[in-house]
Amino acid sequence: MDMPVIELTDVEKRFGPVEVLKGVNLRAFAGKVTALVGDNGAGKSTLVKGLAGVQPYDAGEVKFNGEPVGLHTPREASALGIEIVYQDLALCENLDIVQNMFLGREETAFGTMDEGVMERQASETLQSLSVRTVKSVRQKVSSLSGGQRQTVAIARSVLKDAKVVILDEPTAALGVAQTEQVLNLVRRLADSGVAVIIISHNLADVFKVADYISVLYLGKMVAELETKKTNNEEVIGYITGINTPEISTSSISTSEGAKA
Amino acid sequence: MTTTPAAPPPTIGSGHEGDIKDQFVAYFRNLRQGEMGALPALGGFVVLVILFSFLSAQFLTPLNMANLLTQSATLMTLAVALVFVILLGEIDLSAGVTSGVGAATFVVLVHNTRMNWIVALLIAFAVGLAIGAFIGFFVARVGIPSFVVTLGLFLGFQGLQLLIIGSGGAYRPETPEIIALMNKNLPVWLGWTLYAVAILIAIGIAVWDRYRRNRAGVANRPITLMFLRLGAIAVAGALFTALLSADRAPSRGSLGGVAIAHDPIVGVPIVVPFAIALLWIGTFVLDRTRFGRHLYAVGGNPEAARRAGIRVAGIRMAAFIICSTLAILAGIFDASRIGVVTAASGNQIVLSGVAAAVVGGVSLFGGRGRLVHAAIGALVISVIANGLGLLGLPAGVNYLVTGGVLILAATIDALSRRRGGGTLAR
Repeated sequence: MDMPVIELTDVEKRFGPVEVLKGVNLRAFAGKVTALVGDNGAGKSTLVKGLAGVQPYDAGEVKFNGEPVGLHTPREASALGIEIVYQDLALCENLDIVQNMFLGREETAFGTMDEGVMERQASETLQSLSVRTVKSVRQKVSSLSGGQRQTVAIARSVLKDAKVVILDEPTAALGVAQTEQVLNLVRRLADSGVAVIIISHNLADVFKVADYISVLYLGKMVAELETKKTNNEEVIGYITGINTPEISTSSISTSEGAKA
Repeated sequence: MTTTPAAPPPTIGSGHEGDIKDQFVAYFRNLRQGEMGALPALGGFVVLVILFSFLSAQFLTPLNMANLLTQSATLMTLAVALVFVILLGEIDLSAGVTSGVGAATFVVLVHNTRMNWIVALLIAFAVGLAIGAFIGFFVARVGIPSFVVTLGLFLGFQGLQLLIIGSGGAYRPETPEIIALMNKNLPVWLGWTLYAVAILIAIGIAVWDRYRRNRAGVANRPITLMFLRLGAIAVAGALFTALLSADRAPSRGSLGGVAIAHDPIVGVPIVVPFAIALLWIGTFVLDRTRFGRHLYAVGGNPEAARRAGIRVAGIRMAAFIICSTLAILAGIFDASRIGVVTAASGNQIVLSGVAAAVVGGVSLFGGRGRLVHAAIGALVISVIANGLGLLGLPAGVNYLVTGGVLILAATIDALSRRRGGGTLAR
């Protein structure tokens, strides 16, 4: 197996007395989709917020392409090429697609924005992801459907040479057809060489798109599975705590709620 | 969607493709979807002009049209100032009294200390800047709603103005340059020179835009459209300048078949180029600079702007500073036109400024609207006051009609949006 683009070892995070991450390991590989699953409160959001530098980890090691790095601010994360697409997308409805994709990093020349350059790069990025659902890059986001908005948010994340893209519940609010489109987009994103981490509650989606499935249970990574070699039942077992971890070196038998 | 024969047809368009017919089709499609911009206000303005020209013989005279321009300049400036904060979904209820404080500072400084009027003007603008920074601090850093902060200042600054002017006091602006703003006209040659300069700048910007898009390798709108647009601007500007360059003094009748001599009134009012420059520069900043883009972004979705790395508090701060500083300019304009500054100057005007912005199509919820919308809205409100004044109707009618127009404008906006089926409920 190749070297992971991002590798977390024994990361910990606590909020006051609450220990949310109790020594978690996570790996994501270039060109692969790694699904991060787990029940509510398992620590998924905390884990990816650490990756984005929004809530730095308290302890543990982060390696990027094998090199230890610090992820203490969003700036450090985006400098490494780690981008996160939040569940609520964070797009400005009053702006068009190009304006949203370049928001905060507009191309300028002579002190004014270079709309032509931005427009071309935006179209190229959308085309490289084989997006066909968008008619014009100058459409206002307010006129787009949920799936199209997700597409714009994902395209925004890969605009500037992203190495790792984290998607938080990208299909949660979408209908069947749009979910299909977004999952295809996620697949193409990985095929273009990006390491994709996708958080999802929908196991059908996960099995459709992911290469690896990492299961968090009460702040511990209880399983890292290859999608091809596992099944729905096994994953649900880990999510609910019925299955006990095989890969974890430390036992979780002390965790309350764990049931044999 | 469009069948463009242009070189590499991209699968995703940008709305710039296609021939001139496609462009017009797309434009009208946008209209039907509720993106009407300033069109209702512009239509309303035309209707009002036609209506008043039938009702009053003096209305559509060059003299009255020039009067209308100077009458609307103060409101227009204040409305433009307010757009900067309204675009953020904020409000500055103190902008009117800020304009009064600025005017008071200026006239009192000039009168009492005999200081150079330019220095006094700069001090007045600095006062505006400080007021804006003050509001911005409480809104952006402390987190008080702008409605509350500026309501407090609206009350407080009436007192400040009273303290500056003194109870029952009234100061005349004594600076000839300031009086000239609203009461004198440019020499005819200068009017035409400024017209030529403006047209040249417009051509320059249009050509530069095309060049940049070409260089980036993206589609340009048909060049015919550029010529049409520039031609329309050139013709409209020329008519405007020519109208104001002709003698507009009322005839004094004739005596024995010979017209009685009168002093001619010719030339573009001095305030007009200032107002146009303000509109143009402001629009340039909003449309073409990162600051302007970020202003719209914060107005549309502050959280998205924050996540995109935009310093939201800084943008808010800057918007309030721009608003208050431009409000001072409105105050100077008002002092020039009225010819006197009292403790009550500017107290009444702020809601008219907000109304002008809304009538023109600026959304109070933020993120939507342009400076020219506010300017057209200010023209509509001014034309109502002007026309009703000529008809000799009581001032009460003016307020009633203005209020009615405001509600009508908001209704048209809401209905067009609903028909467009836009996802924006507002």
